[in-house]
Parts: sequence; C-alpha cells; structure tokens
Amino acid sequence: MSFEAELTKGIFSIPECKSCNKAVWPPAEFCNNCFGSVNLKKGEFEGKIIEFSKQNNEYFCLVEFEKNIRVLAKILKIPEIDKKVKISKCGISNGGYFFQVS
Amino acid sequence: MNKVGIIACGITPFTKNDQKIETILLNSSKNLFLDNPKIEKDDIDAVLISTNNNSKYLSPILSEMIGIQPKIAHTIESLCNSGTNSIVSAYSYIASGLADMVLITGAERYDSPGQILEWDNSRGEFKHPVFWASIFSKSYKREHQVSEEELALVSVKNHMQAKENPNALSNKTYTVEEVMNSKKLTDDLRLLDCSRPCTGGASIVLASEQITKKTTDTPVWITGIGQKTTSASFTKNMSLNSMESTEIAGKNALKMANKNITDIDVAEIHDAFSVCEPMALESLNFSKQGKGIDMIKDLYTTNNFKINPRGGLIGCGHPLGATGIAQTIEITQQLQLNAGKRQVDNVKTGLVHNMSAAATSSTVLVLEK
Repeated sequence: MSFEAELTKGIFSIPECKSCNKAVWPPAEFCNNCFGSVNLKKGEFEGKIIEFSKQNNEYFCLVEFEKNIRVLAKILKIPEIDKKVKISKCGISNGGYFFQVS
Repeated sequence: MNKVGIIACGITPFTKNDQKIETILLNSSKNLFLDNPKIEKDDIDAVLISTNNNSKYLSPILSEMIGIQPKIAHTIESLCNSGTNSIVSAYSYIASGLADMVLITGAERYDSPGQILEWDNSRGEFKHPVFWASIFSKSYKREHQVSEEELALVSVKNHMQAKENPNALSNKTYTVEEVMNSKKLTDDLRLLDCSRPCTGGASIVLASEQITKKTTDTPVWITGIGQKTTSASFTKNMSLNSMESTEIAGKNALKMANKNITDIDVAEIHDAFSVCEPMALESLNFSKQGKGIDMIKDLYTTNNFKINPRGGLIGCGHPLGATGIAQTIEITQQLQLNAGKRQVDNVKTGLVHNMSAAATSSTVLVLEK
C-alpha cells in the first residue's frame, strides 16, 4: 500500500524505512538513507504548529509531526505557535496533496 | 585549475512581452556579439542555455541561429538559480581545459513553468512561492521583532535603484506607505514585496586566462564559487528565518577567493521577496542575525547602492533562467566602472547570490578585477 493510495482514501500515514526506521518525507518508494523499502505507519499523529499566515479569510500553517515531517496545511481556527493539532482532512486533488489540521 | 574570466555581456530589457523563448535567446546573444566585436563567434567552444522553459534542444537551436557549431551544447535548469549554475558549469569546462570560450545565455518568458515546483507535495495545496515567502516573513518578523514597514523598505530601496537601470521591468519608485497599501496577497506579503515573473534574456561569455587577457582591457575574474543544496522541498528548511544553503555557499565562495565578507564592495542578492534580502545578508554574514534590516535602512538613507545596485529581482523583474546571469553582468559592469548612475565607488571585489525554491539551493560567486 503506497502513501498516495492511503492519502486518496483520506488517510494520513507516516512513511518510514523498514530497515533503518528513518522517516521518508516527502514520501518516496525507497529510503533516502539506506534505500530500504518503505512501510506506512498508521495512527492519529499529533503535530505542532511551527508557523502560520493567512490568505483572505483562510489560515495556513506549517505543522511538524514526529521525525521532522512537516506539511503546509489549512486550519479553520486561529492558529497558535506550538499548538498541538491532528490531520482532520487530507487527500489528493488535481494531482496534488492537500492537508487540513484541527 | 585554469583561471576563468568574463569577457563579454549582453542583456535585453525585462518586460511583460509575449515572445518566443528562441527569440529572447537570440536577442540577448545578438546584443552580446554586437556590443563586443572582438569576440569571434567561431572561437566559442560551448553554448550553455539557462532556462526553465519546456522547449527542447535550445542550445543547438541558438547555436544554429547565431551561426556556430560548438563542441558542447546543452541546457541547464535549476529553477531560479539556473543562471549561476550555468556559469559554474561554464567555469568548470574552462578550468578543466575542456573549453577555452563558453557562451552562456539565460532566457525566460513571463509565464515560466519554473515558478511552481509541482514535485513538492509537502506544501500541500500551498505550492505557489507566495506561501513559503509568507511563512519566512512571519517567522523573520517574529524572531527578530521586525515590522512590516521595515521589510517594505527593501522594496522601496530596490525600486529606487531599478529606476537607474534601463533594462529593469519597473521604472517607478514607491514609498513605504505605497508598498504597505499594495495588494495584500497574504497577511504577511504585499504585491510590492514580490519580484515579478517577466520576459527577458541575459548572456555572458567566459574564457580562459589567455583569451581573456587578449580580448579585453578590463577583465573580470571569477575567483570564488560556492554552491549548496540542502533539499528540494520547502518543508525541509529547519530554520524559517535564515538560509542554510546560502550560508554554506557563501563561506565556500569566500574561502575559494581567499576573501572575507568585509572585502566585498558590491553585491547582487536574490531578493525574490522583501524578506529574502535581510535573510540573505545575514546568512552571508554581511550583518549579524536580525540586523539585516538595519543595514538596509543605512544603505537606503545614505543612497548607497552597494546591495542590489541594478534594483534586485524586486525592481528588475525575475525572468528565472536569466536572473543569475543578469546579476553577474551587473557585478561585472560595476567592477569595470561601467554601471552608469548605479556605479558604486571604489569597487574591487563583488559577490553574486542566486538561490532557488525557498533557499533550498544557493550559488554564490565572487568576482574580482
């Protein structure tokens, strides 16, 4: 099962190397440390807001999950630095990923 | 390694014109040969093209259009620092002895596909550069207690300097208030904080020491090169208010040239957005962390063109593949005391800083008389 296949179903997972356990981010087929194959770690991952800004009436933020995995995500409530959030919505639209946290 | 000099330059005005990429390449190269009659076309060993345009085989096409048959002909693409990367490749050909004279031509259209890095899915739906620039701006302001008005001064200064550059996209000057009142793209970025994509070309010829000395009375030497790529994805930047790749590339370039940053008399800095200028100045060690804005204020109030004399990317426009070459042409002209109203006094050593994709890759060149 690939990261993108899971993401298409609205499931956010963390790709990590089966051999060295390093997170593989952005997702790829092989580990960029040891070229080991990649396993998808599933769960309700908690991240924290590193930085944010706002376009029109929508906030976007940089969120860091475990092992330095960072994504730019939409957030509906006013963000706060270091606030803990979880992925509430994700998927692939027009070929690109999207993430929303709350 | 063989010494490498800059012996000729050519540039087009930066515009919003709808021109074919081949036309831009030809215009820029034609200007170079017409302005430098001592350059024999047939002596060109290599033609390198810097562009993000999707057209293919552009180097052989340009070679045919200018009537030469070089040994080496290919394109180099690395988003916004394609230009200086091409110069480094040309330098390497000459330094290694594979070529004695190389033509590098950079060109881009206003609708360049290089503006957005589609691969970087870690940016989610926020792939346009204004989003990483907004995050950088917010982080920089927060970390260093810098106001939006202070950042707007970068745009004010660079538009003022671009007014003295006949090839710049902009010939208007703005006040801090006008920058602040320009269209709000995000909470942390106004339209006038941004460099604008445009159509333009820039060409340069590098040559071996022997040819350089024979061809020009005002040689400019590339004495330092530093390059660093830390990642491709924006979200791999651990610091959002400094530029790691720029810091490393700058140190390496200065080390190669056996210079200190205090030796640099004039510099072109990659101000893709207002916040990039103080961040780069700090990462290159022109100023201490958080003090880049103080340096910019000082330069502006004293009418000192030391940083971004041609008006930077914000004033000149940003035709991606041509930008690094245009920056290098400006420093060359400064060192040759040929920069007109933009001329900085007592110039002996200059620096070019050119970067890509939220500073994930940087190239720094040191140029000397």
